[in-house]
Amino acid sequence: MKVTLKVWRQKDAQSPGRFVTYVTPELNPNMSFLEMLDVVNEDLIRRGEEPIAFDHDCREGICGTCSLVINGKPHGPHRGVTTCQTYMRSFKDGDTIVIEPFRARAFPVIKDLIVDRSALDRIMWAGGFISVRTGSAPDANTIPVPKDVAERAMDAAQCIGCGACVAACKNASAMLFVAAKISHLGLLPQGQPERYRRARAMIEQMDREGFGACTVTGSCEAVCPKGVSLEFIARMNRDYAVALLKGDPIQRAAAAI
Amino acid sequence: MATLNAHIPSGPLAMKWTRHRNESRLISPANKRKYKVIVVGAGLAGASAAAALAELGYEVHNFVYHDSPRRAHSVAAQGGINAAKNYQNDGDSVWRLFYDTIKGGDFRAREANVYRLAEVSVQIIDHCVALGVPFAREYGGLLDNRSFGGAQVSRTFYARGQTGQQLLLGAYSALCRMIAAGAVKSYTHCEMVDLVVVDGHAKGIIVRDLRTGRISRHNADAVVLATGGYANVYYLSTNALNSNATAIWRAYKRGACFANPCFTQIHPTCIPVSGTYQSKLTLMSESLRNDGRLWVPKRREDCSKPPNEIPESDRDYYLERMYPAYGNLCPRDIASRAAKKVCDEGRGVGPGGRGVYLDFSDAIKRLGVAKVRERYGNLFDMYREITGEDAYQVPMRIYPAVHYTMGGLWVDYNLMSNLPGLFVIGEANFSDHGANRLGASALMQGLADGFFILPATIANYLATVNPAQRPSTDHPAFAEAEAEVTTRLRRLLQCRGKRTPTEFHRELGQLMWDYCGMSRNRAGLELALRRIPELREEFWHNVNVPGEATTLNQALEKANRVADFLELAELMCLDALHREESCGGHFREEHQLPDGEAKRDDEHFAYVAAWEYAGPDRAPVLNREPLVYEEVRMTTRSYK
Ligand SMILES: Cc1cc2nc3c(=O)[nH]c(=O)nc-3n(C[C@H](O)[C@H](O)[C@H](O)COP(=O)(O)OP(=O)(O)OC[C@H]3O[C@@H](n4cnc5c(N)ncnc54)[C@H](O)[C@@H]3O)c2cc1C
Ligand code: SF4
Ligand code: FES
Repeated sequence: MKVTLKVWRQKDAQSPGRFVTYVTPELNPNMSFLEMLDVVNEDLIRRGEEPIAFDHDCREGICGTCSLVINGKPHGPHRGVTTCQTYMRSFKDGDTIVIEPFRARAFPVIKDLIVDRSALDRIMWAGGFISVRTGSAPDANTIPVPKDVAERAMDAAQCIGCGACVAACKNASAMLFVAAKISHLGLLPQGQPERYRRARAMIEQMDREGFGACTVTGSCEAVCPKGVSLEFIARMNRDYAVALLKGDPIQRAAAAI
Repeated sequence: MATLNAHIPSGPLAMKWTRHRNESRLISPANKRKYKVIVVGAGLAGASAAAALAELGYEVHNFVYHDSPRRAHSVAAQGGINAAKNYQNDGDSVWRLFYDTIKGGDFRAREANVYRLAEVSVQIIDHCVALGVPFAREYGGLLDNRSFGGAQVSRTFYARGQTGQQLLLGAYSALCRMIAAGAVKSYTHCEMVDLVVVDGHAKGIIVRDLRTGRISRHNADAVVLATGGYANVYYLSTNALNSNATAIWRAYKRGACFANPCFTQIHPTCIPVSGTYQSKLTLMSESLRNDGRLWVPKRREDCSKPPNEIPESDRDYYLERMYPAYGNLCPRDIASRAAKKVCDEGRGVGPGGRGVYLDFSDAIKRLGVAKVRERYGNLFDMYREITGEDAYQVPMRIYPAVHYTMGGLWVDYNLMSNLPGLFVIGEANFSDHGANRLGASALMQGLADGFFILPATIANYLATVNPAQRPSTDHPAFAEAEAEVTTRLRRLLQCRGKRTPTEFHRELGQLMWDYCGMSRNRAGLELALRRIPELREEFWHNVNVPGEATTLNQALEKANRVADFLELAELMCLDALHREESCGGHFREEHQLPDGEAKRDDEHFAYVAAWEYAGPDRAPVLNREPLVYEEVRMTTRSYK
């Protein structure tokens, strides 16, 4: 099979970008989407042209490095998978495929299809952790965690930090990502002491980074490769509301003792 | 020649680490602030080390080539992490974990290091749970375990099929806390491209910012490399595509010894190669061997039949037959070679006859689909995405693939290389896995090194240097290293040859797989040793790298890494050729027992081969660190 690509090319953050059309060499339908781009790039290099810059690393859907908006959809046509897990058998011979970077105000383009997602790291710095000093933890079985609570925390913890939720959102909101992290830690007993303070700090950092507001359209959940659920946003909002309206309930409880 | 002193503490094995810690140097809190430590890498080893060192009060600078520390290759580990908790009450202990690991490594690892690893394993789980790692639990709320290869107890902790991800996120969160506190400065998209050595001590690194191409110099009182393994020298491996050997190879060329480079691990359960366009191989976690059974048809004629039409009596469950005591859970090197053997006999399945079945039908009968889905669902999903097949209905097809490198930079008991001030942790060092690594023990080693060992041992070096005398980045050694880097990048760009960096990489990988892979022999290794220098020569004249050095340029990044692989590959073959024995993952066809098992030669090869760079046109020097076993006896490794 062969396909025609319309690829966003942009020299750097300052330069304007544009779509460039490429016709691929003969492809094997069992290739992954990124292997298809490898083949195109090999061709470009042989001709002495600059290859298309795109982000990737693990190529098995776990590192969150790959991005790409394929025919208007972050991570391509299938639900529940990343771009690197998308295969050419999902397309037809002769198709035209439009490839763009993840677009959001908080994700400036670095080059071609590569964007700067460091805003997500800065949200994590603001509070995405449990404060424990190495070497000071009690035995791991001291605090039992009900299996369903651990499972629920794991559902949230699966987020790979890819930012597709942001790219899919018309407001470029990062709520699903932030909710995943806040819920992961906030569900576990170990995360309780900092629960409200964490929610507040991370949400405020998210706002400072220029992500938009959430209007619950759900397009984030639809593109999330890890199936992170919108329910976590509701949960985060509750924690945030509590933190705003009543201050930090955990600290108040402590003060009352 | 380098002087290699492993600095193993005296006294009984079980007391060495406690004693060493008691006798290690301390630095007062007020003075710790004055020391600057560079940590390269933020996988399990690097992220945990950077966080723990910062908690202690050192000024830490952390570098990764990824766009975020959370994306290190550790994130891809699936199966789990070992620890001698004995929560299952099945007879596990620190001693047993130690013994399984040293035996699994075919008695080619250092006894004291491995014992310490087993000891520290217990603390890792405590700490990770406290950090919020959502490990799998039983209904009573306590932690669950599974079994892994090379062990008869159940000591592997896991978080679905994403243990590495969850542990990395835990270590990354600890790192985030320290970044927020201003104790760690995090440099992302920054690749270390050289090590700077001043008066024989590691004093800094040269870094290329991958976004802008800017080269910068960074000085420190100690440099920690946590840069992962070099399995990508084979081109196709289970590692992430950007994993590379540049950091450790540059350190080697600056004087750090490279230990046991030929000790590589071929993982038995990966999805088979399907075409030349293939960019990587995907691992199917070893945990699958808990419930999956490996088989091939007894008769060659049956190989093309659909598996479900082959009756039980015509199937050869070859691991259960050959190794009844461990069955499907025998160690990786053995399971891989057994798969190769049955395929070499013409009984392999799938395209090219390079595959064996991993069958879950018994497990589904015994446990039900729901339970199997709960345990392995994401792996089955992954298998379906890649192959288009449903493993609940038909057995998976799998084949061995390059996965991990036990070799790495030589370090002593303090995890310091022979270059004072250079520390090496995680997969990048050679220390704990001997000639074969057991499953679920790399994650354990990474976190042991980073959270618990290095933070305790680094002071033994730092206390001997004065931070006020740290060489500035204007020192000629920095200027010289930077100039070398710029010259090299310019050369790559000016070549304008006909072949892409990937073409060279692929050709090198094929050579290595054919001649320095699952089994090796003299003729093949000698051939590889002729071909590799030729290929390298061609590379420097015929590689084509478009673009500039002053922007983001992925072709240049790639070429720069391939250039190092082209040198490292030669050292691996040299090491494989010199080691005239079979041990663990290193199987020399000339050295096997009549039943085809590895024939180790303790009389002549019970040592660590630590290779020392001697200059561009000179053969590297072989240093030998004898392996002295004080408390275990070296025995023939048997899993029968
Ligand atoms: C698919 C797969 C599954 C696995 N499953 C398991 C398992 O279940 N259990 C287990 O115990 N082990 C498993 N392993 C092995 C284990 O994951 C690795 O050995 C381990 O994670 C390595 O950790 P590390 O911290 O040493 O290095 P890595 O995680 O590889 O991190 C390397 C870091 O160094 C940085 N870096 C490298 N070079 C440079 C440079 N030049 N400049 C700047 N930064 C640099 C990178 O950015 C990265 O941050 C698995 C491995 C694979 C491939
Ligand atoms: S919530 Fe989903 S889409 Fe958003 S960053 Fe996490 S994994 Fe990606
Ligand atoms: S490349 Fe890692 S998730 Fe796609």
